[in-house]
Amino acid sequence: MEVTTTKDRQALIDRLTDEARRLRVEDIKMITRAGSGHPGGTLSAADMVAALYLHKLRVRPEEPDWPDRDRFVLSKGHCIPIVYAALARVGFFPREWLNDLRKLGSPLQGHPDRVRCPGVEASTGSLGQGLSIAVGMALAGKLDGASWRVYCMMGDGESQAGQIWEAAMLAGKYRLQNLVGILDYNQVQQSDLVKNILDIEPTVAKWRSFNWHVREIDGHDMRQILDALDEAEMVVDRPALILSHTIKGKGVSWMELNPDWHGKAPDQEQAERAIAELEGRRSPESGGDGEGGAS
Amino acid sequence: MAKATREAFGEALARVGEDPRIVVLDGDLLKSTFTYLFREKYPERFIECGIAESNMIGVASGLALSGKVAWAASFACFVAGRLETIRMSAGYQEANVRLVGTHAGIGIGDDGASQMGLEDVAAMRALPNMTVIQPADAVETERAVEYLVDHEGPTYMRLTRQKLEDVNPADYRFEVGKAVTLREGSEVALLATGATVQEALKAADELAGGGISARVLNVHTLKPIDREAILAAAAECGGIVTVEDHNVIGGLGSAVAEVLAEEGSGARLTVLGCRDYGQSGDSEGLYDLYGISAKHVSDAAGNAIS
Repeated sequence: MEVTTTKDRQALIDRLTDEARRLRVEDIKMITRAGSGHPGGTLSAADMVAALYLHKLRVRPEEPDWPDRDRFVLSKGHCIPIVYAALARVGFFPREWLNDLRKLGSPLQGHPDRVRCPGVEASTGSLGQGLSIAVGMALAGKLDGASWRVYCMMGDGESQAGQIWEAAMLAGKYRLQNLVGILDYNQVQQSDLVKNILDIEPTVAKWRSFNWHVREIDGHDMRQILDALDEAEMVVDRPALILSHTIKGKGVSWMELNPDWHGKAPDQEQAERAIAELEGRRSPESGGDGEGGAS
Repeated sequence: MAKATREAFGEALARVGEDPRIVVLDGDLLKSTFTYLFREKYPERFIECGIAESNMIGVASGLALSGKVAWAASFACFVAGRLETIRMSAGYQEANVRLVGTHAGIGIGDDGASQMGLEDVAAMRALPNMTVIQPADAVETERAVEYLVDHEGPTYMRLTRQKLEDVNPADYRFEVGKAVTLREGSEVALLATGATVQEALKAADELAGGGISARVLNVHTLKPIDREAILAAAAECGGIVTVEDHNVIGGLGSAVAEVLAEEGSGARLTVLGCRDYGQSGDSEGLYDLYGISAKHVSDAAGNAIS
């Protein structure tokens, strides 16, 4: 954990907050160009992704396979555009690649593809599987006595999958202190609110009972995000879960907590409104715009 | 000496286990899969995942993506039952995962249908980059395990619960993708894999007694399939009989049929295999009942050339 002055810390928070805003703008542009995608869950994850890629993760964009790098597994694979934006931002690939999201032949597949895209650690998109892969990586690191860490971001909806809990149990058993789970608890899944589909509460008690250290945060408060990531590094003898309370669609008022924006791209006009709002050129709008509809 | 291929696997794995890249994962079947032999020597590289095979496969992939050669063993039916996890977390990932399915087919006998892997080859063959290997005896299993340590990409190996007679010489060399001609012959070709290779050899003996020259091929690699050997058998023998302890859909018989059809071969093909979920009983009785014993192979061969 680095030692920083209060002033440095505030500067870091301000920088990362601004980076997260830029990632959101890039994300909306990307999904709009692609004409399909899952904006809601990318926007909820943006602050954490910014904190990871622009601060916490030890990676070498010019050497994506650097053996001692930290690993980030996006288990909620449909939200990869926000990670693509971050990967381009730190230089894993040229920013122009973002223009080809979901296009034929593009390394930027609709869901993460580790073989095609530099910087992507695991191919995911079938929900519930990413944590198992992250656990395997953490076990490998532990076997090798390595100092690198594994971060795995999960969705709240996918926490309904049994395999998540198989993986959580194994991580607890092997006391994987080099593993950090991040639950992007944005409250909404494809068809409805998580609590209406299959409530995952009590979430804190579940993870604690699987022998994980749990820290609850406001996942849109950069100070809390950074504190939680730092704290996770101090946890010994067990994996750490950052239970990140977020808002699906965060930053675009009419997408927020609206299941219609789980899996649908904005059109050009909507994208312009969204970006204007993200850039502070437009006031948040109240309520949904009634233009939703399942993809 | 007759030995179950699962046992030969466990012994071989413990032997190659000195390679520090090798990690073995178990789903509470270590005594049945013989991976306990590896655990005895290298407990620190043995990951007990409990009865949670989907997670075991994903964890194996994570290990593989971090430079390990991860062997995950369970019963064939339980491995193949996690097809979508294997597809996503191992295959699409291009992970160096070594999936091992023991207790293949009706040959397991008494435990019955729920424990019989009968669709696993079909499932694994359908994954684009999956190599599928089924050794026919102990020495072939050992050589295959040694080969797989350095193979690139995901693989599936299918092993038996029951003991199998030696069909290969002690100095046998394993070559992935190359069927082994165990018996030369010109009138009919018997293509077998795993436990049914010994049945095919017995059938060839019976046929020889009746003056019929039968070629016997041990198709230990089901994917990629040895097209050359199949086409040569078709051209030189005319009739082909395949026999496998697996469903007739998607296994050896299907693979051979695909090659023959794609190449426009006119060879007559008879596919022997299971068409059911299986049931309890003794191995030999089941092989007879399901039509994959030596007698059925020789009968089919006789019909093929009549």
